[in-house]
Amino acid sequence: MNHDAYPDSYIRGILNSVKTIAMVGISPNTSRPSYFVFKYLLGRGYRMIPVNPGQAGKDILGQAFYAKLSDIPEPIDMVDIFRASEHVMPIVQEALTLKPKPQVIWMQLTIRDDAAALLAEQAGIKVVMNRCPKIEYGRLSTEISWIGVNSRTLSSKRAQILGKGVQRMGLGTPKD
Amino acid sequence: MADAERVPGFATLAIHAGAKPDPTTGARITPIYQTASFVFDDVDHAASLFGLQAFGNIYTRIGNPTCAVLEERVAALEGGTAGLAVASGHAAQVVVMHALMTPGDEFVASKKLYGGSINQFNHSYKNFGWNVVWADPDDIASFEKAMTPKTKAIFIESIANPGGVITDIEAVSKIARKAGVPLIVDNTLATPYLCKPFDYGANIVVHSLTKFLGGHGNSIGGMIVDGGNFNWTRKGQYPMLSEPRPEYSGIVLAETFGNFAFAIACRVLGLRDLGPALSPFNAFLIINGIETLPLRMQRHSDNALAVSEWLSKRPEVLWVSYPGLAGDKYNALAKKYVPKGCGAVFTFGLKGGHEAGVKLVSNVKLFSHLANIGDTRSLIIHPASTTHKQLSDAQKVQAGAGPDVVRLSIGLEDKDDIIADLEEGLTAA
Repeated sequence: MNHDAYPDSYIRGILNSVKTIAMVGISPNTSRPSYFVFKYLLGRGYRMIPVNPGQAGKDILGQAFYAKLSDIPEPIDMVDIFRASEHVMPIVQEALTLKPKPQVIWMQLTIRDDAAALLAEQAGIKVVMNRCPKIEYGRLSTEISWIGVNSRTLSSKRAQILGKGVQRMGLGTPKD
Repeated sequence: MADAERVPGFATLAIHAGAKPDPTTGARITPIYQTASFVFDDVDHAASLFGLQAFGNIYTRIGNPTCAVLEERVAALEGGTAGLAVASGHAAQVVVMHALMTPGDEFVASKKLYGGSINQFNHSYKNFGWNVVWADPDDIASFEKAMTPKTKAIFIESIANPGGVITDIEAVSKIARKAGVPLIVDNTLATPYLCKPFDYGANIVVHSLTKFLGGHGNSIGGMIVDGGNFNWTRKGQYPMLSEPRPEYSGIVLAETFGNFAFAIACRVLGLRDLGPALSPFNAFLIINGIETLPLRMQRHSDNALAVSEWLSKRPEVLWVSYPGLAGDKYNALAKKYVPKGCGAVFTFGLKGGHEAGVKLVSNVKLFSHLANIGDTRSLIIHPASTTHKQLSDAQKVQAGAGPDVVRLSIGLEDKDDIIADLEEGLTAA
């Protein structure tokens, strides 16, 4: 995978297939970007599991914190890493020991570790680096267009409405 | 268009960017969402929107789905990361500076700008404590000399109104980058069809949408485009972006919104609190105008070149200032920055001075005598007797509005009819 430019179909495929996301490094501070992303993805129907050793035993938005990935007692589809690049390798190494292994390892905006990415890809895991799943979901669902952001997508098909209520859009199929 | 590798061309973006069919009704043309407010699902949804945690619509002063299509359209055409539509080009400039400046700060601006910008910078900004320092676009070193530790931005126009001055964007951007400040380019006269300032190192683009983007003389509007290519996180330099914001319970915008944080700062701090929101109806008209932008700008430029060539051979005419003319002072810069054409607006001087100028604007029948540019119609004005009447003769000359100067904005009519009208105006007694 070329980690400088991901096709929309690759990102949409990941966000359409994963259901359980463990977020490593989520802050309990509600003003931090990690909290924004956690809350947003929770609201889009993903099962979100917060991972932060300093918060183990507490919970956030009704979800129990775990100290580390291997403490989580259920299968994880995607690990979303909110730690600086130098901390990525041990997290990926730990993720590779999980049974079953996660399908996706995602590193947030500004975070990139090519060696860790290669290690994960050699184990058959899809990798995304230096991207935000909230921004990507917003971009591909058209929600982010409401705030004037250049989504870099064109389509003559309607965007899909997600579930009930207003102002919640779905990702659609890769054809769209 | 699922294939991310295929980058759509300019004409395709001008029609499609930002405008998918309406998700609930299937309306293909962007609807006019003529509403002040938008309902929330529940209290938590409302709180998420107000706290900037969810994308969505709250109140048309902060955002509106019709305006949002216009924002994404212009951002895509400029190659930026996000846009913010506001009530006018002047409002765009105020909102941009509000995000960058604190009282006592300075910015460096080209002294050859649209007269309305010169007025705004010289006078209105004084009340905010924002101090303009003027530099000369014909002497790039003057920008470097004007920089001080208080400088927060550089402001230029790609093609300046009305004199046809083309600024060396790349050279100025190097000075901005060295100083660690953003370069703001007013791209109104060129539009992204003729010139994309982000390709030359600009960081922020502003527009008067009233002119060529709208293109039909029917709506006032302005636009801010974020280039997504400036690092706002340097502590203390741009506190609107780099410091925890008390308005939003301590959010740091530059960390939260990645490469479109500047556009968000302009929206949630500037537009929200200063208030110059664009009407959704105006946004609708401007979106429709933009769909034909590439066709119109090429015709504007081709017509203007033909008219300027014709005028430069007329016995009544002393000089013509159009960068597209061979031998024009700015012709070399035009070949680099606006190779497809130099736009519609230019000035020329009449041998008969003030009296001849007044006579010409009175005698033309196709040209409309009014204070605007960028209409489908050809427009004419004699600045010395109208927009610049209050200035002394010396000030008029310095502003490019000497007694002999006439400004034209060439429209989309047949060029032979435009030329015939000018010929009649010049020869009538």
